[in-house]
Amino acid sequence: MRAPVKIKTLTIDGKEVSAREGETILQVARENGIDIPTLCYLEGLEPIGACRLCLVEVKGINRLVPACVTQVEEGMEVVTNSERLIKYRQMILELLFSERNHTCSVCVVNGHCELQRLAQRLGVTHIRFPYRYPNLPIDASHERFVIDHNRCVLCTRCVRVCDEIEGAHVWDVMGRGINSRIIADLNQPWGTSEVCTSCGKCVHVCPTGALSEKGKAVAEMEKRRQFLPYLTVMRGGRQ
Amino acid sequence: MPAAAATLERPRVTPPSDDKRWRIVEATMRRHGYQPHALIETLHTVQETFGYIDEDAMRFVAQALRVPLSQVYGVVTFYHFFTLKPQGEHICVVCLGTACYIKGAPQILEAIERTYGIKPGETTKDGKLSLLAARCLGACGLAPVAVFDGQVVGKLTPEDALKQIRRWEEDDGR
Amino acid sequence: MTVDELQQLALKEQEAKQRYRCRINVCVATGCIMCGSERVKEAIEEAVKARGLEKEVLVQGVGCLGLCSAGPMIYVEPDGIIYHKVTPEDAPAIVQGLVSTPVERLICPPDLPFFKRQMKIVMENSGTIDPERIEDYIAVGGYQALIKALTEMSPSEVIEEVTKSGLRGRGGAGYPTGLKWSTVAKANGARKFVICNADEGDPGAYMDRTILESDPHRVLEGMAIAAYAVGAQQGFIYVRAEYPLAIKRLRTAIRQAERLNLLGNNILGTTFSFSVELRIGAGAFVCGEETALMASIEGKRGTPRPRPPYPAEYGLWGYPTLINNVETFANIPPIIRNGGEWFAKIGTERSKGTKVFALAGRVVNTGLIEVPMGITLREIVFDIGGGIPEGKRFKAVQTGGPSGGCIPEQFLDLPVDYESLTKVGSIMGSGGMIVMDETSCMVDVAKFFVEFCMSESCGKCVPCRVGTAHLYELLRRITAGEGTMRDLELLEELCDLVKSASLCGLGQTAPNPVLSTLRYFRHEYEAHILDKTCPAGVCAIRRAEEVPA
Ligand SMILES: Cc1cc2nc3c(=O)[nH]c(=O)nc-3n(C[C@H](O)[C@H](O)[C@H](O)COP(=O)(O)O)c2cc1C
Ligand code: SF4
Ligand code: SF4
Ligand code: SF4
Ligand code: FES
Ligand code: FES
Ligand code: FES
Repeated sequence: MRAPVKIKTLTIDGKEVSAREGETILQVARENGIDIPTLCYLEGLEPIGACRLCLVEVKGINRLVPACVTQVEEGMEVVTNSERLIKYRQMILELLFSERNHTCSVCVVNGHCELQRLAQRLGVTHIRFPYRYPNLPIDASHERFVIDHNRCVLCTRCVRVCDEIEGAHVWDVMGRGINSRIIADLNQPWGTSEVCTSCGKCVHVCPTGALSEKGKAVAEMEKRRQFLPYLTVMRGGRQ
Repeated sequence: MPAAAATLERPRVTPPSDDKRWRIVEATMRRHGYQPHALIETLHTVQETFGYIDEDAMRFVAQALRVPLSQVYGVVTFYHFFTLKPQGEHICVVCLGTACYIKGAPQILEAIERTYGIKPGETTKDGKLSLLAARCLGACGLAPVAVFDGQVVGKLTPEDALKQIRRWEEDDGR
Repeated sequence: MTVDELQQLALKEQEAKQRYRCRINVCVATGCIMCGSERVKEAIEEAVKARGLEKEVLVQGVGCLGLCSAGPMIYVEPDGIIYHKVTPEDAPAIVQGLVSTPVERLICPPDLPFFKRQMKIVMENSGTIDPERIEDYIAVGGYQALIKALTEMSPSEVIEEVTKSGLRGRGGAGYPTGLKWSTVAKANGARKFVICNADEGDPGAYMDRTILESDPHRVLEGMAIAAYAVGAQQGFIYVRAEYPLAIKRLRTAIRQAERLNLLGNNILGTTFSFSVELRIGAGAFVCGEETALMASIEGKRGTPRPRPPYPAEYGLWGYPTLINNVETFANIPPIIRNGGEWFAKIGTERSKGTKVFALAGRVVNTGLIEVPMGITLREIVFDIGGGIPEGKRFKAVQTGGPSGGCIPEQFLDLPVDYESLTKVGSIMGSGGMIVMDETSCMVDVAKFFVEFCMSESCGKCVPCRVGTAHLYELLRRITAGEGTMRDLELLEELCDLVKSASLCGLGQTAPNPVLSTLRYFRHEYEAHILDKTCPAGVCAIRRAEEVPA
């Protein structure tokens, strides 16, 4: 016997909605056609609340909460699109564009990039912060894939998919703060990884051109993620 | 601690070399039942006994504790206490905590940087001197403070600091 | 060991102590050890032996006496004489002083406001007992609070007492301790943990270190009482690796407590069991944040995670976990011994008890002080601290470290409590208090703290990882004389983002030093930008001298 699902009612942007207990604000919003921008979140992976694009206002809580990890509660009044939130989201994108070297015009995912799409949607047209122009490598040692750190936004989707779904845990993050970087094994060329199964999952969950298939020309690389919901169901559970 | 992950039969992981010091490292891991959460404790032991943590050590610890390689590397590079390379023969740690900063630590650091051409975290080419910066050694009452090979010295001036390092050079020169 | 045996041990120790006519207490906490107090202690022991006074005079190492900048410090009982700046050569004279007149040139006047204005609860044993002997602690009433809790009180009565005391967390945020305990007590879990946060990351503060070095058992006792109250079986103390002496003394203390069955299974013959393990930090400020600290105990990178769930419900390895600061735990034994109401009488309306501060920077007396809540900043800086040296002018006092702010002169008469400090844009913080005079440039100070936060950011969330790097760059430009008024606007806008959007307390408070200096010392920013001068003469702006006055 399963306990009956408890239903919660709340409002999002003034619209009354109902939700199952345990659902997140993001899930409920999307079910109701309210789109909250996300970057580090990907359905099927453990949410981490790191990019902060999905921050929303909740009446009665004096700080902003990330919609992707915050569970709904009875009577919540959520605002997802205030002027303040939009401004913060724009600034977060500005920060991401200034952090590394995102030259979209020569990128394999140009036109299919989540970062680009977010910028278009939120109307970010120029970056007020000085570009940091870090000197970062491109690792093409893998026979089928490439990682270009210049385009990485450190969302750790690759780390999570490889650990949680593929079970290989090739990727992790090294260093800290602004010097953080994605690494394979002991910070070695990806092609020499002892545990990579070349399954390609990391490549397809990557929101940007940081991870791509070899041999793709500019704007040619499209990401396919049909495997994720299916695999997570098979693995019994994470929504 | 979590209920001990059922003690699976596992092949003994052999240390990278027959250096006796690996036994100390193994003792730490044994004390913690080879649980993955002993990673930081074990790395402390490696850092203490060998003075740094190289690839062989990381590989060995990763296998023995069954922690992914990239996770070990991620942990080693996250914490300032762990170093991937051996330190110089002599180590000078300058405190850059608030009290020391206000009382002139930047000038001490600058004097050493200028004289020896190294920045915090670096070692001179001859491997003699490593310069490190610390965040408060908990002796703020005596600021500015620096540690010379384990010896803490307070109320330091740039001249004193250089003198101390020169004394090392002289002692070693003999 | 049973309760009776423990009481007898206490009596026996008290008698043994009373057999000595006097005691020479030499400070062996880090500050004084750095000044050579261990050699002083040896010299005094020899001098005592040379005069055949071993049976009458006890020479013992004790915890911090407070005036760490004037070490090595010595406290002679029962005469109550305090000596400072003692050298090994002074030993014979000091021993001679026991029978004739004290050594005038070494005496610290005992009516010095530095000593008189303080109030010792947490540091009550510091300077009088040997931190490496559990018997010393027991002789002065140590572990009596644990006995009382275990034998006379139910867990909920213990929590009730702590709630009544009004104690608030000393780790920075000031969360009511009783409330936290009752949440953990109510949480369901097959096991529960108690963690003592001894990561003390504020770069200019050493209260927790000194408590651990001076009186480690009171922290263990506090933790055991907490464990009893919330229903935990195991505890961890997370200490930073930079504190080797505190680690050593904690190790000794845990071993001793286990030997006397004050930790371990069936403590004092009751059904209560509790063990404590040490975990050594590895140099990451962010690991002071509770969720990062727990990740670090689990052997991982110390990156915080979003809360809720709070550790009280989902903590170490997913179990309900109580996490408190060192000083918070150190307040527990006296609260249980004397009752919550006694504690609640000290301090102000909403901030009870005392607070230990590490007073440092540009003041005459630097060291460790314990003062009642509600004392004014002026009393701390000018009475206890003795004012600014070299006739310089006071400019600001910084509290709360990288999460706090700079408080200017006009607020010197502010009472020190959680609310007042927050109102003026700083925080109580863990107890770092740095005094600055006219030789400090406030823009440079802001840059210093932002640099700290940038290099200590874990890198997980975007506003803090990239935001602090840009804040630093903007401040670097301004202090180098390259800044524009546009940069100042951007700086303020970015502060707002980092504060509001970061994941954990590190990012959320990183802008505070900038915001508070902007609020009170905006003219200094403008001088750097518009006049290309650094009013304090700290920042290297090339054209500074050429600017017409
Ligand atoms: C970046 C950061 C660093 C912190 N550092 C410490 C610390 O060094 N010591 C401490 O006790 N609390 C520290 N805290 C606060 C802890 O997260 C936690 O609130 C505290 O240990 C709770 O204990 P309390 O209720 O007794 O104050 C820090 C918080 C943040 C966000
Ligand atoms: S290809 Fe598969 S196994 Fe290899 S790194 Fe990517 S996700 Fe991991
Ligand atoms: S490589 Fe791609 S998926 Fe991995 S962290 Fe960077 S942007 Fe995210
Ligand atoms: S605020 Fe800073 S320290 Fe905290 S999670 Fe974000 S990046 Fe890490
Ligand atoms: S999507 Fe919620 S924080 Fe990234
Ligand atoms: S700031 Fe240097 S010892 Fe505390
Ligand atoms: S360390 Fe000796 S008085 Fe503080």
